Amino acid sequence: MKEIIIIGAGVIGCSIARELSRYDAKITVIERENDVACGTTKANSGVVHGGFDAKPGSKKAFYNVRGNAMFDKLSKELDFPFRRNGAYVLCFDDTKWDGLKKLYDQGIANGVRDVKVVTGDEVRQREPYVSEEVKGALWCPSSGIVSPYEMTIAYAENAVANGVEFVFEKNVERLEKDGDKMKVVCEDGEVYTADLVVNAAGLHSDDLNNTICDKKYRIVPRKGEYMLLDKTSGYLTSTTLFQLPTAMGKGILVVPSVHGNILLGPTAVDIEDKECKDTTYDGLAEAFDKARITMPSLTKKTVITQFTGLRAHADAGDFVIGFAADDLPLYNLIGIESPGLTAAPAIAVDASEEIADYLALSFNKKFNPVRKGIPCFATMTESERAEIIKKNPLYGRIVCRCEVVTEGEIVDSINRPVGAKDLDGVKRRTRAGMGRCQSGFCSERVMEIIARERGIDMTEVTKSGKGSEILVGRVE
Amino acid sequence: MSVKNLIIIGGGPAGLAAAKSAYDAGERDILILEREDKLGGILNQCIHNGFGLHTFKEELTGPEYAARYIDEVLKRGIEYKLGTTVLSIDKNKRVTCANETDGLQVYEAKAIILACGCRERPRGAINIAGCRTAGIFSAGTAQKLINIDGYMPGKEVVILGSGDIGLIMARRMTFQGAKVKAVVELMPYSSGLNRNIVQCLNDFDIPLMFSHTVVNIKGKGRVSSVVIAKVDEKLVPIKGTEQEIKCDTLLLSVGLLPENELSKMADVKLSPVTGGAIVDDDMMTETDGIFACGNVLHVHDLVDFVSEESEWAGKRAAAYIRGEKTSGDKVAIDAKDGVRYVVPQFVGRNGDETLRLKMRVGNVYKDVKLCVVCDGEEVYAKKCRIVSPGEMETITLNEKQTRALKNCKEAVVCLKAVK
Repeated sequence: MKEIIIIGAGVIGCSIARELSRYDAKITVIERENDVACGTTKANSGVVHGGFDAKPGSKKAFYNVRGNAMFDKLSKELDFPFRRNGAYVLCFDDTKWDGLKKLYDQGIANGVRDVKVVTGDEVRQREPYVSEEVKGALWCPSSGIVSPYEMTIAYAENAVANGVEFVFEKNVERLEKDGDKMKVVCEDGEVYTADLVVNAAGLHSDDLNNTICDKKYRIVPRKGEYMLLDKTSGYLTSTTLFQLPTAMGKGILVVPSVHGNILLGPTAVDIEDKECKDTTYDGLAEAFDKARITMPSLTKKTVITQFTGLRAHADAGDFVIGFAADDLPLYNLIGIESPGLTAAPAIAVDASEEIADYLALSFNKKFNPVRKGIPCFATMTESERAEIIKKNPLYGRIVCRCEVVTEGEIVDSINRPVGAKDLDGVKRRTRAGMGRCQSGFCSERVMEIIARERGIDMTEVTKSGKGSEILVGRVE
Repeated sequence: MSVKNLIIIGGGPAGLAAAKSAYDAGERDILILEREDKLGGILNQCIHNGFGLHTFKEELTGPEYAARYIDEVLKRGIEYKLGTTVLSIDKNKRVTCANETDGLQVYEAKAIILACGCRERPRGAINIAGCRTAGIFSAGTAQKLINIDGYMPGKEVVILGSGDIGLIMARRMTFQGAKVKAVVELMPYSSGLNRNIVQCLNDFDIPLMFSHTVVNIKGKGRVSSVVIAKVDEKLVPIKGTEQEIKCDTLLLSVGLLPENELSKMADVKLSPVTGGAIVDDDMMTETDGIFACGNVLHVHDLVDFVSEESEWAGKRAAAYIRGEKTSGDKVAIDAKDGVRYVVPQFVGRNGDETLRLKMRVGNVYKDVKLCVVCDGEEVYAKKCRIVSPGEMETITLNEKQTRALKNCKEAVVCLKAVK
């Protein structure tokens, strides 16, 4: 059987792993962190873009529009939260209508359906908290929102159900050619051999390519800082609110999350350090101040957390997708920045077909496209709640009070394939600790459950991977 | 669906005291719902002493204080359920809760007492920039880890905020061999009790830095240092005053918020100042038959006052169930001139029980008098050498003063300077 190694378990790596599992091959995903979706995938706006933003003819435009159209079916098949909530691009200046018109024309050229230019009053009719200063907007009904890490977890779990293997906490150092095959050399000395390597290493996809290819790439981490508002602010908008880019910059989003929070951000600053996930005093202030241009009534009172995401901006400008130029069995996915999340499902289909052709793979007859997520107690009706507690009494123990997450869900999140290993893993899968108290009450209970289910000591429980142990020892 | 006369949500100090007094007022059909596996609430993790000076005239630890009330509840045979989380309540007093053994339960109550306490304000709510690594705890979480579970959350500690739990934890962690490098307070004064500053910081030479805040948290995996800076009068960090303190842990003691998620489901009207319900002198919210007491109503400084307030709420809830409703006509009490809030916010015109008003001031004031003014006339005044936001003030009115308040058109509680 042909062996394929995918490096990187973000949305690109995991979606390709799942699409490739439609074929007969031995597929392994190697990931540096201890979980999927730990890089760019976990910290972004969660917007499923309409597709009017990218330059016509670009890969970004092509995959954006195709990817967007796949979300309805995919989210049902893989059971992850997705909503087509529509988006406005807001124009605050009467002299900038040509900017909207340009986006409209781009949308039409890219094949985005039902885009139109509307007046400020029309915007405010739907979204009454939008600024009086808004003169007009582009309306894109096909725009949506998704939980990017839940989508990636769903892809990964379905991939495992169809035979894919994941190796975590394994840092790939370099690639080497080995006859017709590729050698994957890891930092710890371990070496894997494969018929084909997929480079889905996100921010590090340039470095990985550059260890073996003559054609070099360069990724500049573009830092974006966000603020997240409590669900009590969810009424502020149900649609995604962009600002029309101006000479002052690209603008800040006000966007609902699929779980009912509101997200403000991101800023955009090019930095050097690919590991930097710090928020800054100035960055957060900028995100908030610019978001208030869209919505003057915003206050910091309901802010529950802040985070930073890094986009993998390639100097090439467009996505780099396809076989490396040097006639190597290496398939590159480099510079998959926004609208990469939207594009991922379509990129994964094309990439896996190309790879299957190249390796002459036959279909996996046992492939099952359906994955069921963790039953979510918070969104159940009363009778569903009664029913599930009868079946599994652990669903009667509420651990996270803010998000109403039960011990049943937390145990499931740890024990399912590609299960959670630590606090952040449990949080991304169940939302325990994601509410207004930000895990003040439940972190200790979740730590106990992790220790019990994984058979480790409390002092070994981490927040997010090695070196993030929460406790320093026992009380003497 | 089951029917209950009185459901008390929360088995901490407020819920226990309310249950006891409702029973003593003749109510027998009472159910306490507690989400933890033990009665006593947050007192269980407060193993330091200093509780009960007002109620029992002696110094008890938190668990000892709780045990006194738990005994009273057990003695009376009041029903309670542990490990039970209330999922929803509505204005018709329908209560849905869940636990492992009974599954999902629905009750219809004649009255509900909200006694669900408060929660800590998290890091996110105060917008501290920096990394999001391990080693950042709210003070109460750290207290639970040490005192209940027996684990140390860190060795070198900086504490942001001088709330009482932060001060108590400074001492507790020092006892356990940790080095507390500084307590950093944004305001020019502490929001904690003076006795705690003396006993928990001064006695251990832990520096308390007023008008400072944390502007950055550094670390990969785990906190490795925090950067603090001075703030100006508008509480904005002053550039150039930054200093970095090496530490592996940042504890946050930056305020408590009454936990009113359930109250909102029942359309209980909340005060934007206290974060708790707006109540009348029966401790009844503006939703008929729903009462509130303890830290879910407003954050108290001493548990003794929680017990006292809750006993009153329990007694009045029992009267309400018997049908002794006070008439609808009420007079509002305004908090003004240095007084941030007063609880209750409304007083019924009927009834002849003397009134107790509780309040907090908005700043530190010296040589003032705390006054109750009815229709422009000062009916009560108490001289105070110093008042501060960290300490709750209580006014006890006599019969005559109570009557004056109940009969007036405009009632105000305020501070006046004393010459």
